[in-house]
Amino acid sequence: MYKIVRKKCLNPTVTLMEVEAPFVAKKAEPGQFIILRVDENGERIPLTVADYDREKGTVTIIFQIVGGSTIHLNSLEEGDSIHDFVGPLGVPTHTAGLKKVAVVGGGVGCAIAYPIAKKLHNLGCEVHSIIGFRNKDLVILEDEFSKVSDKLFVMTDDGSHGNKGVVTAPLKELIEGGEQYDEVITIGPLIMMKFVVATTKPFNVKTVVSMNPIMIDGTGMCGGCRLTVGGKTKFACVDGPDFDGFEVDFDEAISRSRSYLDFEAHAREESCNLYKKEVK
Amino acid sequence: MAFNMNPKKNPMPSQDPNVRNKNFLEVATGYTEEIAIDEAKRCLQCKNPRCMGGCPVHIHIPEFISLVAEGKFEEAYQVIAKSSSLPAVCGRVCPQESQCEGQCIRGVKGEPVGIGRLERFVADWHNAHCTELPNKPVSNGHKVAVVGSGPSGLTCAGDLAKLGYEVTVFEALHLAGGVLVYGIPEFRLPKSIVQKEIDGLIALGVKVETNMVIGRTISINELMTEYGFEAVFVGSGAGLPKFMNIPGENLKGVFSANEFLTRVNLMKAYKEGCATPIKQNKNVAVVGGGNVAMDAARSALRLGAEKVYIIYRRGLEELPARREEVEHAMEEGIIFKVLTNPIEIIGDETGTCSKIKCVEMELGEPDASGRRRPVVKPNSEFEIDADCVIMSLGTNPNPLIKSTTEGLDTQTWGGIIVNEEGATSVKGVYAGGDAVTGAATVILAMGAGKTAAQGIDEYIKSKNK
Ligand SMILES: Cc1cc2nc3c(=O)[nH]c(=O)nc-3n(C[C@H](O)[C@H](O)[C@H](O)COP(=O)(O)OP(=O)(O)OC[C@H]3O[C@@H](n4cnc5c(N)ncnc54)[C@H](O)[C@@H]3O)c2cc1C
Ligand SMILES: Cc1cc2nc3c(=O)[nH]c(=O)nc-3n(C[C@H](O)[C@H](O)[C@H](O)COP(=O)(O)OP(=O)(O)OC[C@H]3O[C@@H](n4cnc5c(N)ncnc54)[C@H](O)[C@@H]3O)c2cc1C
Ligand code: FES
Repeated sequence: MYKIVRKKCLNPTVTLMEVEAPFVAKKAEPGQFIILRVDENGERIPLTVADYDREKGTVTIIFQIVGGSTIHLNSLEEGDSIHDFVGPLGVPTHTAGLKKVAVVGGGVGCAIAYPIAKKLHNLGCEVHSIIGFRNKDLVILEDEFSKVSDKLFVMTDDGSHGNKGVVTAPLKELIEGGEQYDEVITIGPLIMMKFVVATTKPFNVKTVVSMNPIMIDGTGMCGGCRLTVGGKTKFACVDGPDFDGFEVDFDEAISRSRSYLDFEAHAREESCNLYKKEVK
Repeated sequence: MAFNMNPKKNPMPSQDPNVRNKNFLEVATGYTEEIAIDEAKRCLQCKNPRCMGGCPVHIHIPEFISLVAEGKFEEAYQVIAKSSSLPAVCGRVCPQESQCEGQCIRGVKGEPVGIGRLERFVADWHNAHCTELPNKPVSNGHKVAVVGSGPSGLTCAGDLAKLGYEVTVFEALHLAGGVLVYGIPEFRLPKSIVQKEIDGLIALGVKVETNMVIGRTISINELMTEYGFEAVFVGSGAGLPKFMNIPGENLKGVFSANEFLTRVNLMKAYKEGCATPIKQNKNVAVVGGGNVAMDAARSALRLGAEKVYIIYRRGLEELPARREEVEHAMEEGIIFKVLTNPIEIIGDETGTCSKIKCVEMELGEPDASGRRRPVVKPNSEFEIDADCVIMSLGTNPNPLIKSTTEGLDTQTWGGIIVNEEGATSVKGVYAGGDAVTGAATVILAMGAGKTAAQGIDEYIKSKNK
């Protein structure tokens, strides 16, 4: 059992939890993830390591409440425990030797992007961050990003905070304006990452995407997380989650991410009603 | 004592095929005491028992069977326990027809003695009647780590614990048991049997740490330098699924057998109240002919599929699965499309698989393995409706341990190289089971765990002289 030592609502749909997991905390690096099960009947869901404290032995996760398992997770409070919590999984984001990087995050993807921006900043790399949200109420980690970024652009779809528009707009301007990035690192909804890649490709700026397919074991045993990258099958949990964005077959990934839509909708309804009545 | 000269084995009491293909309860319900004694009397107590030569761990088969014939079931269990740590498991899942029973003299003119069924009976009898757990031996103060909790790891841990070692088993998943819990379905191997084995180990003082991915959470080197383990046994199995690399393999509805079976067995997706989803399918095509393929096909049927096909490129005779599993699958209504090979999976407008395109095969000249090589029949393409395709083409060892352990020698396909004591190229690191041999059997994994436990014991003793 893994105790929740801190819980904080970042916005109405995004929650932060700091969890006691000393073995994971000891080894975790930005870009890696954990898999957890809320209780003994829970499914295994992957969440990125948003932060870690090696001394305290804690790992921070930031998750968006999107369906059954995340609703259930969000129902736990400080002092409660998570049944299973395993990691760190996946390959850490490659940061060595980078001098100038644009970090592009969308929605809860910003939670995944933040530790990478922070690490790059600490390594002395120039960091330009572009973070996008649907509206003002959903903005997260703005202060944190501003501390580790040499330039920060906050975008909202409706213009209720920061600038109005999508993340690719400032990215394109920066590149067109002559910024020479060693890499663009982008994390967010599949469709956003697909557009970021479409933006950077004409300029041939290396673009790393963080893929988040459906996973079960996270150890390379089931192949459920497979993607086509450069025409070859890769397992996101062990070969990734970071991949060369120019090589990823996004359309296939988008299609595969919708494998369990019906089931998810049902689980969502069931969880919402969990405390009201029994649902069949 | 009079021998029972009936040429046929006592049939195994089982659930009716049309009942069991809708539930996950165990198919075979097991011999009663009377049937067991009757079957035991079919054993001729050969002076040179060929069956023992067929057993990878050389169980004293005639000896235990003669005790069964006398009704001394616990004594029979003690005979088996000298050579095997997992009789309740092996009695259920060993390929007896190519091991002990394949050598049995009674098999020449009739059916062999039901050695596997008797082994299972004896183990179940012991489990039902001898419920007290073993005592914890006095510690010898030496620590050994075991990576992976499949049959090889559990056996190695048990043998070392009995010798007084302080053993910790590290398992990547949230539940211990390896393939026995995530792969082999409940209807063939009830999980309570595996749990009993694990409870026994815990009573011996073995610590089981789940959610520990060795190579990520802790490396093998760190286990030995930071955590004080004098030796490590690697029993990490062969869990990496193979795909065919045919078009359409990444469509929705196409799974590896490991994914499908993990959803069903480990995550209990078939049970109310379990959060892991599994698709409801109408027509399921399982590609492959081993035990894994049979398990996937029969699980799909139990989940409510209308038609379930086994698609296999060689003939019925060549199916590598245990014969009993093939028979059970046929009785339950699985459709066998043998001498058939898929060439493409076709999707619908939503990106979900809807058909599998196959070619017919015929058997040509024998290949390097001695089996006749299947070759494609010209112009034989045809399609089968399938909204779910399960790829069961075998597995390779997971590269994680190799890639995170400096100096660990492996074969090109990933199998860890060991000597006859189970020692790897890294001092103090031993290995066994599927991680060494590639996908094999429970009994071989168990045997390898025993060998390595001996090797580790000798290594630690000589080191501390
Ligand atoms: C490597 C990785 C890192 C991730 N990091 C984060 C993170 O830091 N914060 C965050 O909010 N989300 C993260 N996700 C996504 C998160 O795992 C899903 O949102 C979560 O599993 C949804 O579960 P649910 O039951 O609440 O929702 P559901 O209603 O079941 O699903 C909502 C959506 O989540 C996806 N999903 C469902 N089940 C899984 C699963 N077992 N594995 C992966 N995706 C699934 C599906 O595409 C689905 O459309 C990450 C995913 C991966 C693969
Ligand atoms: C569906 C199916 C049906 C089968 N049917 C039969 C049958 O009828 N008869 C038969 O004899 N054999 C059968 N087999 C084969 C048999 O189960 C295996 O040969 C046997 O389980 C191998 O044992 P093992 O101890 O080597 O590894 P496994 O049982 O594979 O166990 C390995 C364990 O190590 C864990 N692990 C892996 N990597 C790490 C890591 N880095 N850190 C920590 N833990 C790790 C895994 O999660 C797993 O739990 C079947 C296999 C499958 C998949
Ligand atoms: S999640 Fe199972 S192989 Fe990646």
